[in-house]
This record gives sequence, C-alpha cells and structure tokens, in this order.
Amino acid sequence: MNWAAKFSSRSVSPFRQVDHVPMSNPIETKPAEAERPPGLRWKARFPLLSLIVERLLLSILLLFAVSVLIFGGVEALPGDFATTYLGQSATPQAVANIRSELGLDRPLVTRYVSWLGGALQGDFGTSWASRNSVSEQVGRRLGNSLFLAGFAALIAVPLAVGLGMLSVHFRNRMPDKIINVLSLAAISLPEFFIGYLLILYFAVNFGIATFPATVYEGMGFLERLQTIALPTATLVLVVLAHMMRMTRAAILSVMSSAYMETAELKGLSAARSIVKHAAPNALAPIINVVALNLAYLVVGVVVVEVVFVYPGMGQYMVDAVTVRDMPVVQACGLIFAAVYILLNMLADILAIVANPRLRHPR
Amino acid sequence: MPELSTALLSVRNLKIEATSYPPGEPPKRITIVDGVSFDLAKGKVLGLIGESGAGKSTIGLAALAYGRGGAEITGGEVKLNGTDILALGKGGIRKVRGARVCYVAQSAAAAFNPAHKLGDQVIEASVKHGLMSRDEARKRALYLFRVLGLPNPETFGNRFPHQVSGGQLQRAMTAMALCPNPELIVFDEPTTALDVTTQIDVLAAIKHAIEETRTAALYITHDLAVVAQISDDIMVLRYGKTVEYGPVQQIIEAPRQDYTQALVNVRQAIRHEAADQSRPLLSVDHVSAQYSNGFKVLHDVSLHLCRGQTLAIVGESGSGKSTLARVITGLLPPSDGHISFDGKPLTPSLKRRSRDELRRIQLIYQMADTAMNPRQTVRDIIGRPLTFYDGLRGAAKTAKVKELLEQIEMGTGFIDRYPAELSGGQKQRVAIARALAARPELILCDEPTSALDPLVAEGILKLLAKLQEDQQLSYVFITHDIAIVRAIADSVAVMHRGRLVRFGPKSQALSPPFDDYTDLLLKSVPEMKLGWLEQVLATRRMESAGN
Repeated sequence: MNWAAKFSSRSVSPFRQVDHVPMSNPIETKPAEAERPPGLRWKARFPLLSLIVERLLLSILLLFAVSVLIFGGVEALPGDFATTYLGQSATPQAVANIRSELGLDRPLVTRYVSWLGGALQGDFGTSWASRNSVSEQVGRRLGNSLFLAGFAALIAVPLAVGLGMLSVHFRNRMPDKIINVLSLAAISLPEFFIGYLLILYFAVNFGIATFPATVYEGMGFLERLQTIALPTATLVLVVLAHMMRMTRAAILSVMSSAYMETAELKGLSAARSIVKHAAPNALAPIINVVALNLAYLVVGVVVVEVVFVYPGMGQYMVDAVTVRDMPVVQACGLIFAAVYILLNMLADILAIVANPRLRHPR
Repeated sequence: MPELSTALLSVRNLKIEATSYPPGEPPKRITIVDGVSFDLAKGKVLGLIGESGAGKSTIGLAALAYGRGGAEITGGEVKLNGTDILALGKGGIRKVRGARVCYVAQSAAAAFNPAHKLGDQVIEASVKHGLMSRDEARKRALYLFRVLGLPNPETFGNRFPHQVSGGQLQRAMTAMALCPNPELIVFDEPTTALDVTTQIDVLAAIKHAIEETRTAALYITHDLAVVAQISDDIMVLRYGKTVEYGPVQQIIEAPRQDYTQALVNVRQAIRHEAADQSRPLLSVDHVSAQYSNGFKVLHDVSLHLCRGQTLAIVGESGSGKSTLARVITGLLPPSDGHISFDGKPLTPSLKRRSRDELRRIQLIYQMADTAMNPRQTVRDIIGRPLTFYDGLRGAAKTAKVKELLEQIEMGTGFIDRYPAELSGGQKQRVAIARALAARPELILCDEPTSALDPLVAEGILKLLAKLQEDQQLSYVFITHDIAIVRAIADSVAVMHRGRLVRFGPKSQALSPPFDDYTDLLLKSVPEMKLGWLEQVLATRRMESAGN
C-alpha cells in the first residue's frame, strides 16, 4: 500500500490553494555528509544488513572461541581414560599402549586442529568407550533431545504468552497475583526436584504417567508422546515463568507509552488499540525472551533427561563424562554451544528486524 | 433549550482529583483542579497558561473527558455543544474523542506509534469513526500537509515517525488532530520541545490551520509570549485555580493580578554588560573536536571570557554548544587548537588534569535530577567536593555545608533531605552549592534553567548573578533562550552546526548588522506583544518576494 502512488497522478487539491509562506531555514545546508569517513557510509546506508552481518560474524567467532575452551577444558579435567578403563590392571606399559592407540601422545595443538577439522565436516571421531562413530550416535540422540525440547516449547510458548496477557488484563488483581506466585515458585525449584515431585505424584501415587521415559526406535508417535509427558511437563514449568513475566512487562511498558494514550484519545476501541498499536511494539522483547528460553530448553534438557532416563544428548554426555570418553564429551559440548549461540543470534536478529528504525533508515 | 449561549465548549466548576501514594504514608486525595469555569466559542482560541502543576494539561484533557495517570473528574460540567460529555458512557465518549475533539500532545515523538507510517496514523481516527472513506481521508491529509507547510506533502505520509524532524512531527500531529474536522482541538504545549527557529514555523502553521479550518482550540503553554500570538482569550492558572481570565489584550497589556504581572515581566535585565572585556580568564583558540568515529562536531572555535563575567553561548540543539562545554571540561579533548585558563594552557584531557585544575572549573547541568545520586542526602552531595578538594571532614564539613546552604538561600533545614524531597528549583540550587563547594573560578552552566518554570528560573538566574557579584565568579552559560542572554550576559557567542557564527560583547553581538543565522534566531524569539507573529511573517513574505 503506497501513499505516494495514490496521489501522484491526481495531486491537484480540491481545496483552495493557500498562500502559505514556505518557512524553511534560509541558511539550511545539507549536514556534513562529506566529512564522514568512507567506512561509516556503508553502515549508515544499510544499518539493518550491517547489524545482521555483524551478529553472524560475532557468532562464528564466538563458536570458535568456545571450541578452544571446550577442548582445553576437557583436556584439563583430572583423570584419564586409560586409567579409568584399565582400573586395577593399569600398568604403566598398558596405559602407554592405550594412549598411543588413541593418539593421545601427539601434541595438544595437533590434536585440536585435527579434531576441529573433523568437526567442521561433521565427523566427531570415534567413541573411546564403545568404538562407535560419535556422529552417528549424536545424530540419533540429538533428534530425541530436539523432539523433547521442541514439544516442551510448543506447549510453553503459547501458554506463557497467553498467561502474560491474562495477567496484564487482571493487573494487580487476584488472577495476576496467583499466576505470578505459581510461576515464581516453579522457577525457584531446581528442575530435578520438580522432576522427582512429578514422578512421585503422577507415576508412583496416581499411576497415570509412565516412568522411566525411555523411548526407543519403532515406537508409535502417540506412545512416544505419552512417554515423554512428565519430562515435558518439567521443562514447561521451568521455562514458563521467565517468558510469562517478560511478556507481562513488555505489554505493560507498551501500554503506558504516550502513543497508547494517543490511541485512546482518538476514540479507538480497546481491541484495535491492542492489536494495531500495542502488539507490534511488544513483539520484539517477547520474541527475544522466547528465543532465549528455547536456547535454555535445549541445554537445560541435560538434567531432565538424566532424571527421566531419556535417551537424548544430555544423558549421552553425562554417561560419557563418567567414563572419561572425551570425543563424546567434546562433541556434545560443541553441539550444545552451537545451538545456544544460534538461538541467541536468532533472538538478536529478530529483535533488530522488529525495530522500525532499523528497518526503515532515515 | 435552556442554554442560549453560543459557547461550543462550556466548562463549569470543574474539579479534578487524584490519589497520591507517598511512600510510608497512607494514600491521600489531592485536588489538581478546583472550580475552573470558562466558555469557548466556535472558531476561537483560549490560551491556558501556568507553571508546571498548575493543572492546565489536566483541564485540557478534561475536554476529552480523560484523566491522565489516575486523575478523576469529580465535579462540575464539561458541555460540548450543550451535551455534558462527562455524563456520556464509555461508548459515547469514544464517539467524541478523535472525531469532535482532538488532542495534540507536547511530545509528538512519543505520541506517534513508531511502528506505523505517519499517513496511516493521521487518517486513522477519521476512517475508524466513519467520518470519511480512506480515500477522502488521504485527500484531506494531503491538503493538511500542504496547509501546514510540510515538505513533499505527497510522500510525507509514507514516512515513519523517526524519519522526520521534531518540528515536522509536531506539524504532523496537528494534521492528525485536524483531519477529522473536529469542533475543538486541545494543543498541549505543542512547541515547547522545539528550537525557537522551528517553533515559529510550527506556531505559524498552527495559527494558519486554525484560521483555515475554523476550529476552536484550547492552547496550553507556560510561555505567555507564545500564547499571546495565537489566542483570543487567556486564562492564567496557578495551583489548579483561575488567577485571571480575560481577553488577550487585557492580560498582556493590563494584567490585574500580581502573579500575571510577574509572568509578563519575567526576565528583565539582571546584569549590565561589563565595560572591560580585554583580559581573558578562559580563552579558546581555534578549537576543533570530533567524536571517536571521526564525526566532526566543532569547527575552529575561538572565543574568550574575562574574570567575573558571563559568556552566553546560544544555539539550537545540535549546534555544538554543549560539545564546546565538554571540550572545556576535558571530557572530549580537542582534536585541534588549544585552551588556556588564567594565562596557562589547560590540560586537554580530563583524566590528566591536576586536582587543582579540576577544582577551578565546575559544572552545573540542565537536569539537576539526574546529576545527583538519589540515595545521598544534601549533606553528602555538597560535602563530597569539600572532602575531595579540601579534605574537610566531620564538624568542619557540616559547618561549611551549612554555610553553602545559606549562600544558595535555602536554609540549613534542608541538610538531611534527599533529592526526591526537593522541588526542581531547590535541586538546581543544591547543584549550584555543590559547584561552589569546590571554590571554582569558572562555572560551566549547561541550560541550568531550561527545565524550570519561568519564575523559578528567574530566581536561579538572580542567585547566580548575586554569587557572581560576591565571589568574582565567571560563567559560561549555555542556553537556547535569547531572553536569558539579554538578561545576564557580558559577551555572547552564537553557534550553528558546530561553527561559531558570532562572538563579541553583548551590545555588539545582539545589535545589527546581523549575519543571516543570528538574524533568524533573534527574529524567531516570541515577544510579549500582540501581533508579533503576523509582523514577522509579513516581513518574511516581503523578503521572499524581494528575492
């Protein structure tokens, strides 16, 4: 819908043309455009694009830094696969054999470079404990984790935004207070505790849910959903409060702005004020907090998977840590970091795109 | 019909109350507006004038039966064409707002929704109230953009609020109010946030548009000179009550009440220009400055100030006047040129200045509010420089703080108050005391009175003048208000777009022959006399015809 197009052809005003004096500043000149160094000009002309490119580059840099940290951190861990694996029979000769078999006698930097090179091609090496391809295992388990997290998000996001709107509607009255207290209580309890509570009541006492929530291949979709009911509920409870409260705050801050008063003084209906004037401005902060919480969901799933014996990435990683299966730990760490960075970057970019100032530069 | 009066808007015994919740105390009812009555005929303009807190905006909003921030209309009548709009229900009042009565807010930048195009917002009310079709509304908006002198009226509606200037936004807001052909428009300080040279354009545009469309208006402002140009009647308000109400000529030329007289006579000369301006305390020599991104903000500025005198730096927002102050304080070291103070070169960067250099130059800010730690008492705020520069502690410090409080005419009773417990004027006085505590020779005053009501500002200016007299202080006084310059300056520097366009003793700087910019600036300052706006516009028309 273009304003200009409608008028360019018939710009003759039906009204009397007024002898209004154009009152522009007599010595108005163009701002000192030429004095800006050339590097700034590209940024000034495409602020949206340049910001997005900047975020992308930063994310890649960050992921690289994280890979160094993960590799270095795992390397610095006390304990050693060979001694753990051999147990009582760990003679110095046997340990040395295993170390050279696994390539641990090569220098640190060489090992890092070959690991990173493999990881970039999707090859995370071979598990020390099971002698299976790490990538293959990770592929299967990542799918399981994303299924759980995705299903939790599917329930949590609409529920949180809905509850946020509800509590704005009943602001400072009983429903608002109840929603606030309950969601705060949920966020204050650690997820493993909530998990055990749910198991106690729903699986043990009432017997209406299944535990452990172990899924396997060939399981029907409905059966799968029924199995993951409890871990999903746990995750929903954990991320709900943050999103709900941010939604509430975002809407309240928009509702108290001057342009909402303008809408009211224009005599617009409440529904139009909210849909047309409040929603577009509240969207950016809400998108942001949703994306952040999705990132938390994917990573926070570790603890929940262990509690519910769910065969996802989290449990895979925890098992690997106990036997010092370093390739698996490193792969899981890097994938978690990548997901976290990706979702945060998406949150940033969406918030940038939602800003009219950046979308329509001067 | 019992009412035979021709009044479009008739307000009788209006009473507006709100509940305030002071911390730690039970809530109490406060009266914001009490017993205000007036009539406004079709096509006329009534000016509501008063200081902040006088209730003028609240009265304006009552014409839309709206209470802002918990204000409730608890008594009286507001009749629009004989109908009491306070008695209309929710649905009824919605049909009045945005259709028969429209509102123009002080800050158009905040009052426009950043997410939508200006054109869509301008026509929204007209279309939603079913007053005209979308096409008709667009035609009318285009006509109004032309009447209001907006650039490229055909495409103006395609812009988003952040894409146009403050003056243009204010005019767009006026177009938005005029679009549905309302019977009444409430203008709530529509030009207060604008520079003087922009203000005059907007003022002329509003006046022209009101005449053109025969709409009645309530014009709310704290500036009597502005309201004198646009109103037929004026009501002076104070503490929610009417002080004086009459035709504009009587209020301006023969005010009856003391308070009105004080408003009319505000900013008479406080200081006469010093004769000898030859031995500088501060001299700024060919100074340029740029931001770290390479953007140049000051170009080759040279000026000086003598001991015991006041240099006023005037200019609009973005002229570089505050940047110059930042350069003098060392917050932004100059990229070129140098500054000397008391005959010696001044260290360019704040971080490298000696404690004594720091002590001799102090600052007073525009917003005393944000320049003070809200969790410190007046004793801590004023005492800090005493400890920092002179090592005073305990009883000696308290005694000095009390002495300073006496100097700023506040009394020692304020020593344990927090900033939140002070009025705007008192906060600025405490800020002055904090500057004085360092025993400075030069004080940089960055618009210290522009956030204050005229009479309060007057008190601050008089205090500064007295302190200057007593302690031989020198001031660099940054302002956009020519009336203040006339009242207090010895020398004047006019800045525009980062350059110094004029500098000299006040008598020379503010007398012809002028350069183009100074001429425009001086002619744009509203004068407290009837017909000033028409005069200026007539002159401009002649000039543009001559060109």
